[in-house]
Amino acid sequence: MSFPIPLSHYLVLAAVLFTIGVFGIFLNRKNVIVILMSIELLLLAVNVNFVAFSAYLGDLAGQVFALFVLTVAAAEAAIGLAIVVVYFRNRGSIEVEDINLMRG
Amino acid sequence: MTAALFVFYLLAFVTVAAAVMVIAARNPVHAVLFLILAFFNSAGLLILVGAELVGMLLIVVYVGAVAVLFLFVVMMLDINFVQLREGFLQYLPVGALVGLVLLVELIMVLGTRVVPTTAAAMPRAAPEGVTNAEALGRLLYTDYFYLFQAAGVVLLVAIVGAITLTLRHRPDARRQDIAAQVRRRPQDTLEVRKVRPRSGI
Repeated sequence: MSFPIPLSHYLVLAAVLFTIGVFGIFLNRKNVIVILMSIELLLLAVNVNFVAFSAYLGDLAGQVFALFVLTVAAAEAAIGLAIVVVYFRNRGSIEVEDINLMRG
Repeated sequence: MTAALFVFYLLAFVTVAAAVMVIAARNPVHAVLFLILAFFNSAGLLILVGAELVGMLLIVVYVGAVAVLFLFVVMMLDINFVQLREGFLQYLPVGALVGLVLLVELIMVLGTRVVPTTAAAMPRAAPEGVTNAEALGRLLYTDYFYLFQAAGVVLLVAIVGAITLTLRHRPDARRQDIAAQVRRRPQDTLEVRKVRPRSGI
């Protein structure tokens, strides 16, 4: 099976997406919701890598693993947003800098 | 340039632009909408490479569940988002530095790593003549069955965790108490009195 698109295209795209995700975490240091969205972008980049390797090597295990990554991403978003909602209910703010109750 | 390559560049460009807008958008609702755009385009990329099931599941799970959840939370919380943007430029240099280093490292890894392209060493080779979904299903329900069950447990724990975190009993809310309703008898609540004329009760 031959592909018209080289594998390196997909890998560079995933690298760029991953970098944008990391950059987003640094850039939006205050907004927890955007940080969670950046984590979703990171997981998306990982999924693109998994599926690209899986397709180009002819090995389906990568796509199975991408499904599990999808599961974990959904669970993580649900729990993270639940924590955000509870935190907002208690403190009236979602700024990361306000989250310092555990600091000694 | 072939048609497939052109479609790839189009989808990849829109994906990257939408991802940039996700982290740069001023309004979080717009950020969520750009996230949806990025997911749709990357689903197209996955379908382009032949992984139809994962591409469609990306749309179903991410757009149908995760992005809607984000949108719901963003709209439900009454947050001053202008205040959250303060210090945006303050973190720009260090973020750009880390991002640049990461990107250069990743691309250097891609440039030097030798990827084996022979199918000889592949234990889970894609069978010929069946669709992607059927091949994945055969694999998922046989070799990866325990992992599949474990994924279900992960989702169950996520459901229980999300509900226990956000559930609260408000004392001022009026709730239906079916046991109290069933327990209620006429003689507890009703009283029959004789009313004399011109005297009242």
